[in-house]
Amino acid sequence: MKKNILTDLLLTFMKIGLFTFGGGYAMISMIEENCVEKKEWITHEEMMNVTVIAESTPGPIAINCATFVGMKQAGFVGAVVATLGMIIPSFAVIYIISMFLDNFLEITFIANAFKGIKIGVGILIFDAALGMIKKMQKKPLPKAIMICSFAAMMTINIFSLKFSSISLMIIAATVSLVIFISNGQSKNGGEKK
Amino acid sequence: MIYLDLFIGFLKVGLFAFGGAYGAIPLIRDVVLSYGWLTDDALTYMIAVSESTPGPIMVNLATYVGSSQAGFLGAVLATTAVVLPSFVIIIIVMSLLKTALKNKYVQAILRGLKPCIIGIILATGVFMISSNIFPVLKGNHAIFNVKAALMSAVLAGAMYVYKKAAKKKMSSIMLIVVSAFVGMIIFAI
Repeated sequence: MKKNILTDLLLTFMKIGLFTFGGGYAMISMIEENCVEKKEWITHEEMMNVTVIAESTPGPIAINCATFVGMKQAGFVGAVVATLGMIIPSFAVIYIISMFLDNFLEITFIANAFKGIKIGVGILIFDAALGMIKKMQKKPLPKAIMICSFAAMMTINIFSLKFSSISLMIIAATVSLVIFISNGQSKNGGEKK
Repeated sequence: MIYLDLFIGFLKVGLFAFGGAYGAIPLIRDVVLSYGWLTDDALTYMIAVSESTPGPIMVNLATYVGSSQAGFLGAVLATTAVVLPSFVIIIIVMSLLKTALKNKYVQAILRGLKPCIIGIILATGVFMISSNIFPVLKGNHAIFNVKAALMSAVLAGAMYVYKKAAKKKMSSIMLIVVSAFVGMIIFAI
């Protein structure tokens, strides 16, 4: 039984690792699909928590997520196996590229395929965000924070400002905490489902 | 010693790279250039390769630099180093998480962070789609990429139709594979 879950973790994360293009956000929808919907290893709520933790801790988001899921399913060994699964495909691909292909991106059909993938990844990330918005609490405060963060991040992107998303997150966390405290302790933290 | 340098250099990257790979690029550039592992041009090219190949960008860069500097062992060491900090941090966070999540102040912070991250992800998606359609050339004249616009519309349409027809979401892997093929055709014409 324990052996099965390890193989399952390894293969699932290898699959995720092999098809994750364009960084962490694209991977979130992939993890959601495989680990939340298909395998039910973690809940959507936990997935959101890992995303928050992954964003506020250093290192690649994909690694944080793999470690979290592996640890939850099969302890430390599971964490190692899932993380390895996530790394092996990119390690192999890059190693081969670094050995044999000096002008990898200058090969026309590969360059064209990547232009296509870039477009697909944009849509994937957009779709992942829409899915999260659907599952979000429909209350004024989260909505307001979401809209402000979106507007701020768009401004940062468009004008390539040197203002990191971490600062945005710190502001959002502070606002939420201050509002919670100023609302009085009477309401307690009972908002979470 | 090159092995030790690689390990420590990428440990630094893994430990201080907050907010995903794009936030980490200045840090990576700093480390890689200061050790003289890559030239600025080679690094820019390598970032492009890392973005286009599967897997976390930081891991890809570490593997590439390690392998170009010290072969297979170098690649293994650099990759391990870049991953190690996040691995250890998550293990520690998870052991603290169960009690921490019950704390009402931690909950209040998380309630603020979640919609913020959703906003950031949404902005990233919107920005990626629009910068594919309107790539900005040097001199800041926005141009309109007809093929990219067409392809974005077709992909989004295909996803929507698939969802309605098959009653489930098109898998991300399928979308990536389809995008690669469509890209090969549409950008070759």
